[in-house]
This record gives sequence, structure tokens and C-alpha cells, in this order.
Amino acid sequence: MNLHRILRLMKKELIQVRRDRRILAFLFIAPVVQLFLFGYAVSTDVNHVAMAVLDEDRTAASRALIQRFTASGYFDQVAYLSGQAEIDTLLDAGRAQMVLRVPRGFSHDLSRGRGTEIQTLLDGTDSRKARVIEGYTNGVVRLYGSEILRARMQVLRARLPRLPAVDARVRVWYNPELKSVNFMVPGVLCMVLFLITMLMTSLAIVREKEIGTLEQLVVTPLSAGELMLGKTLPFLLIGLIEFVLTLLTAIFIFRVDVAGSIPLLFVLSALFLLTTLGLGIFISTVSKTQHEATLTGFLFFMPFILLSGFIFPVENMPVGIQWATYLIPLRYFLEIVRGIFMRGVGLEVLWPQVLVLAVFGVGILALAAARFSKRLG
Amino acid sequence: MTLTSNEYAVTISDLVKKFGSFTAVDDVSLTVGRGEIFGFLGANGAGKSTTIRILCGILAPTSGSGTVAGMDIVRETEKIKTRIGYMSQRFSLYEDLTVTENIKFFGEVYGVYGERLAQRTAWILEMANLRERRDSLTGELAMGWKQRLALGCAMVHEPDILFLDEPTAGVDPASRRRFWELIYTVAEQGVTVFVTTHYMDEAEHCDRMALMHRGRIIALGTPAELKERYIAGTLLEVWAEPMMAALECLNSLPVVREVAMFGSALHVVVGSLEDVDSLRAALETMDIRIERIEPARPSLEDVFVALIEHAERGA
Repeated sequence: MNLHRILRLMKKELIQVRRDRRILAFLFIAPVVQLFLFGYAVSTDVNHVAMAVLDEDRTAASRALIQRFTASGYFDQVAYLSGQAEIDTLLDAGRAQMVLRVPRGFSHDLSRGRGTEIQTLLDGTDSRKARVIEGYTNGVVRLYGSEILRARMQVLRARLPRLPAVDARVRVWYNPELKSVNFMVPGVLCMVLFLITMLMTSLAIVREKEIGTLEQLVVTPLSAGELMLGKTLPFLLIGLIEFVLTLLTAIFIFRVDVAGSIPLLFVLSALFLLTTLGLGIFISTVSKTQHEATLTGFLFFMPFILLSGFIFPVENMPVGIQWATYLIPLRYFLEIVRGIFMRGVGLEVLWPQVLVLAVFGVGILALAAARFSKRLG
Repeated sequence: MTLTSNEYAVTISDLVKKFGSFTAVDDVSLTVGRGEIFGFLGANGAGKSTTIRILCGILAPTSGSGTVAGMDIVRETEKIKTRIGYMSQRFSLYEDLTVTENIKFFGEVYGVYGERLAQRTAWILEMANLRERRDSLTGELAMGWKQRLALGCAMVHEPDILFLDEPTAGVDPASRRRFWELIYTVAEQGVTVFVTTHYMDEAEHCDRMALMHRGRIIALGTPAELKERYIAGTLLEVWAEPMMAALECLNSLPVVREVAMFGSALHVVVGSLEDVDSLRAALETMDIRIERIEPARPSLEDVFVALIEHAERGA
């Protein structure tokens, strides 16, 4: 190993990156765009549900219930229907996501002390959203019902002993406002790091293959090991700079709090880069052109993103697929980053993930390096 | 190979390289003396590049042995790399680096620093006539300049042996000529030049050459030796109309040993000048108009056409 030669190669690599406007744009704009898209545009929060109301009862009680819906902040009343015939057209056109129907006799039943029903019709196109709306609806209705019950109890209180009741008071830790931006930003950080370092490493090597300079380098005294270090270390550096930039953007522009240690986050990110650089080298050994390298990169990118828990929680996946997620290094890194970001935990909790990530990183890098040296020789 | 170490720049014996079932280099043996310009000729796919890449340590041979600068091509590839320069037909430079950045990069990779690097850079800029363009991006240079810069970068560490793989492919004739002048200059300074080409006129510039065909060497010697040895008989240049009919007609004559198209004429090899009359007679009976028949000096192209036809018939 000759340090001079490695540094020389790194310097050359960085000059080339600096001269390539497209790569620079990719490096500096992509993270911000992704933060914005995943933090806000692809928000998984459900607010402002378009609600249409069909009030067949038209009483003070029915109006009070409807008012509970609109006052909750989750529902916007977009239409007031005069008959059932209008429901279909409204849902079909997508103008409302939910129809609240209060049938005739609602108030009558209540005043007689009988159980009664309301009907909600949901647009189930987006099943996840529909389920959230269902939850909100139950909440609003249950609250309303218990208030009526309590009012009746007041009357009976004199004659009855105390009634036992269990009320679930949910308090959310770690992300008190349940904002998806807090959940997504750590994920975006992981994704940016993963995509940029893996893709850039593989492209930088394959490009030299394409233009023939790799063969030229093989004829020089550069050894395979020096060549690999010289080609990957610049991207380790760029990856870490990228990480800091994305982190600063997240903290200062997107107002995401980091509960845990930022230095620890930084060190563990470097650990994750072993995996991505290793994958980058591996991709370069199976691709002849930059085009092939990009396509192969996406072959890794898709399962990594889908199975890591970045968007879809691992716990919601079928058991077989859950097993597969253990093979995705990004999954562990994501748990680490979210743990540090949101729960503020450190190595005392995250050590198993760190250990697995280290094993993956060293393993992938070693296999890729072996393959690279063999291909070169 | 015992007494080769210092006498020869390159020695190869019984070299074989197989890719699967395909034999790219088939039992090749040769020696190249120090300071020689050695030409390696043959069609694309004849095995020239593969041989060069084995000598440069890019590929390992399937069997056989060899030395470059006195060092073993299997066991001492890393040492060999410090003593040789290699330039491929793609002029592998970094197009997004400037001329001097390219020189500096390759220089430092070869361990050339400081004062020596400055000297070598000045020498390369002078040699390639690139002094005014030293800060231009390499990608903006014309092919001829790139070619000379690539040669310079391959020589930045003052190698003993220079391997040039089709160094003039895709370059205009004026630049090709300039390039060969450079090769002469370099060889005069004692550098051995091992060059592959498929341009026959370039082959004439070489001290010695080998012709490769389907992985085998089918001829080896100086240009003059090859012309003498492989053109047995007399070469005639025949201008006749229509040419294709003339070619067919001459091919069928027993006195004719070889016929080949050569520009707008036919090159015909016969036993002696006295056979001219029988050629005329044969062509005239076929109603072919003869413009001229003249004796010609054989070129290397004639030699190679004859040799390759011979090899094909033998195969």
C-alpha cells in the first residue's frame, strides 16, 4: 500500500466530481428535494377529510353530532346532501372521501334511551387512509355517546353507586404531535446516503472501464487494493459531507429535533457506508457500462427501500417478508437513525443493530473487494 | 531462456492464451532486441492485443513463458509495470482533466514527483507540442493531440519498453506521420517500441515485425527479408477492364500463383516475366481490355496477402 498513490487517485476523483455539474446538482439538490417530498408531499398524516353530510333526522341532536365531526379538526364538511341518490355520484367523482348519514329517528331513539346507529360510507381506494378515517369516526362517535351517557347518569346518580369505567388516555412519546415529517426525515437521510454513495462509487469505477482508463491504471504500479481505496474513499468523504448537509437542512429548515447524540449518528453512518461502498464496488464488477450500473443499482435500491421499513412498517408485512427484511442492511441502519433521532437512545440500546450492520458492512466489502481484485487480474 | 535477460527487451516462448474454448494466442514465440521498433501486424482479432496485454501484465497466460525487461511475465508483473509504458488504441486519458493534470496524475502514480515531474512535464509538452494548450481540458483536444498526450503519459516515468496497441487508429494521416516521427525519436534514445497496427504502410517503418493470423505467428523478420522470402516469383501489376472478369480469368491460369486486388489494379504473381504473354493472350480471348501490365516491386501488403491466403489454404 502506497499512501501517495492512494491520495493521488482520491485527489483526481474529487477534481472530476467538482467539474461535473450534473453530479454536483445531484449531490446538493437531491437531498433537499427528497427531504421536502418525503417530509411534506408524501405525508402519511390524514387531515382535512372531505366529508359530505346526509342528515335525514334534522334535529338538534343530529346537528350536534355533525358539529362534533367538523370541530374535531380532521373533517371538512364539503357538501350537505338532500337524498341518498346523491351519495354515489359524490363518492364516484371523488369530491368526498366520506359520507356521514344520520338516519331518521336518531334523536327519537336517543331520547327514548334506545341504542341507535349512524352510517358512514368511506372511499376505500386508499385502504390505509380509509382505516385512519374509520378510527377518527369511531373516536368522535364514541365521545359523543359517552357524553350523552354521562348526562343521563347525572340524573341517576342519586340512586346508584359509582359506575366503574376504563378510559384509555393515550400519550404519545418520541413524536408527540405524530407528524410524519419527524418519522420520514431520518429515513430520507438514510436513503440519500445509501443511494448517493452506492451509485457514485459504481459509476466512478464503471466510467473508467468505459473510457479505458481502468486498463491504463492496471498497467501502472497501482495495486488492486490501492485502486479500490482511491476510488471509494472520495465517496466515503462525499457521503459524510452529504450526511451533514442533509442533517443541517433537516434541523434548520424542516425543524426536526434530534433527541440523541449527533456524533454517534455520524460515526454509525460511516459504518453504514461500508455496506454501500461495498455494494458500489460489487455493482461495478458486474456492469460494463454506466447504464448497466445504474440499472443494477436500482435492483438493489428498490428492495432496500421497500423492505427496510422506510415507508412501510416492517411489523405490517407478512411473516415471510419480515424474515426477508433481516437481510436488508438498511433496515438496521434505519432503526439506528430513528432510534437516535426520535428516541434519543445510544449504543446501550442499539448495539445489536450496530453489530449486525458491522457484520454486513465488512462482509459485503470483503466479498466485493475479492471480486474486484479477481476481475482486475 | 537462460541468456536472454540483458540482451532482449522481450522474450516469449510457447505462449498460449485461451478464453474458454477459443484460443486467442496459439503457441507464440519471439524475441525483441533492446532499442528495436518491433511491429506486430494482423487483422482485428488475430491475437495482437491479447499478446500485448499478457506482456503488460493485464492478462495472465494460459501456458508458456516470457520475460519483459528481463523479468518474468507471470511472477514479476508488478516489477515489470514500473519499467514499461502502455498506450491503448483508446488513448485512455481523463477527458475532464487538463493536459497537465493528466501528466501529473500518471506521473505521481508512477512515483515521479517534484523536480523530476516538472522536467518530465516540460519534456512531454514539448514533445507533443502542447505547451500552449497545457491548461485545456483534454476532452477538447483533437484526436492527434490526444494521441501524443497519451504517448507522453505512457512515457512520463521514462520506461525502457513502450507497448503501443494500435496507437494510430482513428487519427488523420498527417498526425499519423508525426506520431511515427515521435516513435523514431524515442527509439533513438534507446527505448524499445513494441507496436501493433493493421496499417501496412506503418509496418514498413518497423525494424522487424511479426505477422499474426488466428493467434499464430505466420511470418517474422525485417520488411526486406519478408518481401524476399515470401514473394517467390515475379510480381506484375495489371490494369484491365472489367476488373472482376480479369481477376477470375487470371485466377484460373496455371502460370498464375496469386492474384489480388490492389487499388485500381490487380497484383499477379507469376514464375517469371516471360509469363506476361500468356496472361495477355488469356485476357484477350475473354474480351477483356488490357490497359497496362508492368512489373512491380512487392509491398508488404503483397507479402501479407500472399501469406494469409497461404495460411487459409493450409488451414
